[in-house]
Amino acid sequence: MAILDNDGNRILAKYYDKNVFATAKEQKAFEKNLFNKTHRANAEIIMLDGLTCVYRSNVDLFFYVMGSSHENELILMSVLNCLYDAVSQILRKNVEKRVVLENLDIVMLAMDEICDGGIVMEADSSALVQRVALRTDDIPLGEQTVAQV
Amino acid sequence: MSAFRRDKKEEEEGSGNPFQNIEKTTVLQETRTFNDTPVNPRKCTHILTKILYLLNQVTTLQGIERYMKQAIVDRNSAVSSAALVSSLHLTKIAGDVVKRWVNEVQEAVNSDSVMVQYHALGVLYHIRKSDRLAVNKLVAKLSHMSLKSPYAVCMLIRIACKLLEDEDSSGGGSSDSPLFEFIESCLRHKSEMVIYEAAHAIVNLRRTTSRELAPAVSVLQLFCSSPKPTLRFAAVRTLNKVAMSHPEAVTACNLDLENLITDSNRSVATLAITTLLKTGAESSVDRLMKQIASFVSEISDEFKIVVVQAIRALCLKFPRKHSVLMNFLSAMLRDEGGLEYKASIADTIITIIEENPEAKETGLAHLCEFIEDCEHTSLAVRILHLLGKEGPRTKQPSRYIRFIYNRVILENAPVRAAAVAAMAQFGAACPDLLPNIQVLLARCQMDTDDEVRDRATYYYSILETQDKPLANHYIVEGLQVSIPSLERALHQYTMNPTDVPFDMKCVPLAAVPSEEIVNPSAKGGQADGMLISAASSGSKVLAVAATVSREESYAEKLRSVPELVAFGPLFRSSEPVELTESETEYVVRCIKHSFPQHLVLQFDCVNTLSDQLLENVRVEVETPTGYQLVQEIPCPRLSYSETGTAYLVFQFPEELGATVGTFNATLKFLVKDCDPATGLPDSDEGYDDEYMLEDFEVTLGDQIQKVTKANFGAAWEEAGATHCELADTYSLSNMGTLEEAVKNIISFLGMQPVERSDRIPEGKSSHTLLLAGVFRGGYEILVQVKLALAAAVTMQLTVRSTNPEVAELVTSAVG
Repeated sequence: MAILDNDGNRILAKYYDKNVFATAKEQKAFEKNLFNKTHRANAEIIMLDGLTCVYRSNVDLFFYVMGSSHENELILMSVLNCLYDAVSQILRKNVEKRVVLENLDIVMLAMDEICDGGIVMEADSSALVQRVALRTDDIPLGEQTVAQV
Repeated sequence: MSAFRRDKKEEEEGSGNPFQNIEKTTVLQETRTFNDTPVNPRKCTHILTKILYLLNQVTTLQGIERYMKQAIVDRNSAVSSAALVSSLHLTKIAGDVVKRWVNEVQEAVNSDSVMVQYHALGVLYHIRKSDRLAVNKLVAKLSHMSLKSPYAVCMLIRIACKLLEDEDSSGGGSSDSPLFEFIESCLRHKSEMVIYEAAHAIVNLRRTTSRELAPAVSVLQLFCSSPKPTLRFAAVRTLNKVAMSHPEAVTACNLDLENLITDSNRSVATLAITTLLKTGAESSVDRLMKQIASFVSEISDEFKIVVVQAIRALCLKFPRKHSVLMNFLSAMLRDEGGLEYKASIADTIITIIEENPEAKETGLAHLCEFIEDCEHTSLAVRILHLLGKEGPRTKQPSRYIRFIYNRVILENAPVRAAAVAAMAQFGAACPDLLPNIQVLLARCQMDTDDEVRDRATYYYSILETQDKPLANHYIVEGLQVSIPSLERALHQYTMNPTDVPFDMKCVPLAAVPSEEIVNPSAKGGQADGMLISAASSGSKVLAVAATVSREESYAEKLRSVPELVAFGPLFRSSEPVELTESETEYVVRCIKHSFPQHLVLQFDCVNTLSDQLLENVRVEVETPTGYQLVQEIPCPRLSYSETGTAYLVFQFPEELGATVGTFNATLKFLVKDCDPATGLPDSDEGYDDEYMLEDFEVTLGDQIQKVTKANFGAAWEEAGATHCELADTYSLSNMGTLEEAVKNIISFLGMQPVERSDRIPEGKSSHTLLLAGVFRGGYEILVQVKLALAAAVTMQLTVRSTNPEVAELVTSAVG
């Protein structure tokens, strides 16, 4: 899974398989390749290096989810949608590079929550946001402690 | 305040609490973070998983087992999910501990949460992976109760698929199985994910018939027109796979596929094109070509290569359409592209030329135009080589000479050298062009590059002698010997200065690597669309390398045995022959090596009895008359599961007819009982024992090495003058078809079919098979076999050989 900016530089990326792209250099090369092939075409899915990649783009960000070519593409798509929707909910619809970088910790948490070691953990974006929510105003008043009020 | 927080946290965490008492140090650091943010269950699951990851000692794991079990059935789905996924990771480390949590996991499967169901199913499957019956029951139960989670259903489909595959391999029928019905019912599930997974699974099952594929294909057809590109992509990719094995099933979707050619997503379009190319009928080829031509300039190199592969398959299927396809391919050649891409196009054109004689003229013409401005040296060299081989046999060879000579003037050194070699081929094969060629070669002798000059001089002087056999031998036929051994022999020669000139005869001939006609549809089955070209070329190279190295390794091994060096260079090694059944106490294989005068039998023996130690292992052989035992090299010691080698050296009988016969073999050895654990013998005394082996034969094929001949006709004519000839007619009553007869003859004689004469065109009832080989001792053999199919197969065999005895041997052996 990866989030790249509109120059192809990496903002966030997690690789779960140690056999594929073991070194950072390989990862960077792959991301560059992926970016070159996808930032102009606005299709959603592409096959590269024997991996199926689904992707979605916003103002200045590109979200990618990669799986092996044996995987069900629709599952990959649902993971991508979950990631995208969750990030947009967390950032309150301001899905752009500056805001993501400001809230990088929450976005990282969200990414970890979606996928754990290659296994899909959660595919519903609202449930995901609930788990990740760390903002004071996201928790109902009744549960807050004295200090938070 | 912090106390408050911790209390509150403890209430909410529930099962998370006891952990912190165990691992105080790490978790204390965690709790510090809790001071910043309000607590929620999600954080505690994070800690839970972190703790579990840290725990890689089974003892600690047992301590927290109770808590893990509680966590799995916790109401909070997040906790439960986390616990389940952690246990999944733990199965790799401590599988049996996790197995004890089966009941909790079972309960979790019935939970409401979508993801929990999915994870629980995963864990259950991993726990029960080894027990097939349990997995069967699991699948049966779950397929009847409907699972809420589409992910779980997908997982279930995959498990069912695997079960079906295993069943298939043990011989069960697949279409009636309840598992299969379950998968088929999933085609009608609510979630698209499940539908696609089911269709994908059905397509990938090995033994599905067209009837079973039909519902899956219709579902995929629906997907093709879906608005979501992902669905379209998935559908087209799966249809592509189906097309490789069952093209008829996909023809119904052709209309939808054609719409997809203009899809905005390039991958979808390419896959659609390749699928259509595989399934298209002959009439649609023209139309398809027009459509492809418009879009091929937009796609990237990798896709273009895929399209070229598909076109090649099409050419092989529809030979009459070669002109249309060749025009298309040459247009593609003229466009820009990388080396891989152009090389694959050139490959395709070459394949067409080789397969389809009518296409040769046009193909060669296209290639000539291409090398006019080809910037890739290796490709130009290859094409020039091909021109040299095929050009002289066309109707107007002089046309090509102009192209080739232009290369000499214009290009760089390797291309110039290749062009000179090609011209020499023309000179050797076409006598009327010879004076012109000589003039051109003479000009090349002034070239700046020394390789070019050397070649020009070499060819010029040979052609000048007007000696046809010499020209044939040195120009038309390539180097027959194996290159690594030539290198080694030359190296040795230069090491020891002598006055004796270097003798080529001492270098063993190379085994001809069998030409693998890789079936294009089989290629695709291995890898996905994008990797087809890499996979097939890789496997071809590996096959060639394997054949060459086998001979080399045998030669190495024999050279390492000092007693065998005296017999000269190895001529030919046979395939290993098993002399025992595979499960017996002693496993023995025999490899027959032919040397110029001697036969060396190599026996590889394996001792499979752990309580026996064998010494002085040798094989005693009863030979047909004429063979003389020259030397025996036993294997001194053979312990349990070791492979040892014993050798026997015989001298071939003088009379060649007696060389073919049956040998009976017995394994003889000294047995010492030993301790199975240590392998040391109980006592120093042993007893003699023997073990009967199966008989094996030394055949004609063992003494013949395959040799290719580029121009059989010329060699045959030449042989008519110098060699002796024998002819005979036979009736092969036990062979029904020409193909069978051809295969049997080739395998029996062990000679190489030349000029693709082993391929019989469709529907012909008579065929001429041309074979070439060299007999032990360096005697050349050429065989022309005329086959006719009437009621049975009749064969007229003509043999020409430098040695009359050899010719007689061949004819008598066949009859």
